[in-house]
Amino acid sequence: MAALLELDHLVKTYHLPGGIDVPVLKGVSLRVEKGDMVALMGASGSGKSTLMNILGFLDTPTSGTYRFDGRDVSRLSEDERADVRSARIGFVFQSFNLLARTSALQNVLMPLEYHRGARLSRAEGRERARQLLETLGLEGRLDHTPAQLSGGQQQRVAIARSLINGPDILFADEPTGNLDSVTTVEILEMFQRLNAEQGITIVLVTHDAEVCDYAKRTIHIRDGLVVPDKPSA
Amino acid sequence: MITQVVSTAVVALGRNVTRSLLTMLGIVIGIAAVITMMEIGNGASKQIASSISNMGSNMLLIFPQALSTAGVSVGSGTGITLTSQDCDAIIRECPSVRAATPVVRGTSVQAIHGALNWSPGRVESGSEEYFDVNEWSFEDGEAFTARDVAASATVCVIGQTIVDNLFTGNEPVVGSRIRLNNVLFTVTGVLSPKGANLMGMDQNDLIVVPWTTMRNRLARGGGTAGTSSSSASYARGDVYAIDAVDFYPARDATQTANYLMPIRFNNVNSIMCAAVSSDRIQEAIEEITELLRARHRIPEGGESDFEIRDMSELLTVLTSTSTLMTSLLLIVALISLVVGGVGIMNIMLVSVTERTREIGLRMAVGARGRDILLQFLVESLLLCLAGGILGILAGRFTSIIISSLKNWPVSPSIGAILLSVIVSAVIGIGFGFYPAWRASRLNPIDALHYE
Repeated sequence: MAALLELDHLVKTYHLPGGIDVPVLKGVSLRVEKGDMVALMGASGSGKSTLMNILGFLDTPTSGTYRFDGRDVSRLSEDERADVRSARIGFVFQSFNLLARTSALQNVLMPLEYHRGARLSRAEGRERARQLLETLGLEGRLDHTPAQLSGGQQQRVAIARSLINGPDILFADEPTGNLDSVTTVEILEMFQRLNAEQGITIVLVTHDAEVCDYAKRTIHIRDGLVVPDKPSA
Repeated sequence: MITQVVSTAVVALGRNVTRSLLTMLGIVIGIAAVITMMEIGNGASKQIASSISNMGSNMLLIFPQALSTAGVSVGSGTGITLTSQDCDAIIRECPSVRAATPVVRGTSVQAIHGALNWSPGRVESGSEEYFDVNEWSFEDGEAFTARDVAASATVCVIGQTIVDNLFTGNEPVVGSRIRLNNVLFTVTGVLSPKGANLMGMDQNDLIVVPWTTMRNRLARGGGTAGTSSSSASYARGDVYAIDAVDFYPARDATQTANYLMPIRFNNVNSIMCAAVSSDRIQEAIEEITELLRARHRIPEGGESDFEIRDMSELLTVLTSTSTLMTSLLLIVALISLVVGGVGIMNIMLVSVTERTREIGLRMAVGARGRDILLQFLVESLLLCLAGGILGILAGRFTSIIISSLKNWPVSPSIGAILLSVIVSAVIGIGFGFYPAWRASRLNPIDALHYE
């Protein structure tokens, strides 16, 4: 399989005011294949969130190269990164980040506002959002606002939102951090299904070893470096 | 694209209806104040303009050129070149002139009625259009007629001061007869009181008679200018003994006064015109000049035998008053709108802070900085425009209420409405820009994790 993500000696250093440099990533090299499901695991402060931000085009590396789908994307401008995020990447966050007082359907539709590729008509967009929500088991809750939904349902709305633009890869930052164990299993199984049925590459960022069990592969990050890979059982 | 942005903004504003409305309130009040002030101010300056034109700002005075005898100037207005036919021609042929009247200079008279007598401050003369030219309305009765003028009828119109001094109690004034220098005049009308003029003279201390009557019956020396009262004081008999012989019995005072002067010059002392409006005064002057030069057969390049004076000082007052009024109103309007705009900026900043995570999320799903900028700009623009429209309605409403309660003149102004729409849009963009710019500069990573 072709590599979707390829990092080569990626370094990220934060420059704090007062001339202090804090190295967060100290030369990360890794590959993620198309259609893979990877868990990015590490303790807090290990640099896994920074890594995810760079992989997800939210941030740029200080040095090193980042190849996305064969293209070197280490030095993209802000607007170019926004376009890549819009067209190819989906995000799921720990705290769901849904728009308050806005229906589930409208929440799912929101990314379409910024989609610059082939535009869907309003009706097509709504239809697609409805299908996604129904696939994720939210039929009958399209008009509910986040406050009227449980945590698991909210996270499923967030997943539907991340899928509306048809991304190649999904980044999930502690997607189950705010959920109870039963819902956690539901959500993780949903990721597995998306990965298996639709071939979407999934990167789970977590510090929870249990979550890693659902991934095909776990990458351990410690102190800004990748701990040599070992396929999970 | 635009509809998408606008509908997103409407949804975002709708999520916090109360706050949106309260934010708008600043603009609503500001614009309402502007509209009300403009309408009341407009009405007021129209009223000021009309009261200034009451004082005669539209008036033009035409005098004959100064006459000089053997090198000695007799003073302005001493020529005898103006005629009442000139006046008729002006009325007929000058479209910028609303009304015109010939004037024959007055003489001092003693007015007597019953047991009371009074020396009027001014005795004026003119045609039936005199009152229109002077924009003077009637308290009681009416003006003398064109027929009275043609017949040199002994009729007069009197001011309030004359009424106060010659009439007691509830005596009917109109139709009664008063004596002016022993000639009996019938009062046809009483002028509405006007107060003092710019020089402090009581304008109501006035008697107006037809100019023909003035020339033929009151002013001595007939129509010739400049000889008004002198012939009364110096009889030839005072100088030459030959005249001491009386061929006829001497006339008594009444006979003298009632005796029509045999020689009638056709000239008048001046012509008083009113222009259609104060901004057409210059046109009126040009029309009159052309007409009179043609009538008086003055060759190309020759000096006119008349001069036209306008009330330029009053006009200056008029324009400077309305300029002052307008700029005062604009300052007040500006202040209230700036206050409203600061309110908008404040709330938009709060809104940006409050929605930091939403902004982060929108950026994470692909919004560029300028998408965010545009969204917040559109939000504040919508707030201001909606506030502006509500403000226009509120302002119209207020000024209608005020005009009906206080009886103030109000004149609706399309200009003010257009201006307020533009101003509210400018405020929306101007004061919305900083918060929107801040929002667009947010770092998506920090914004996503903002608590």
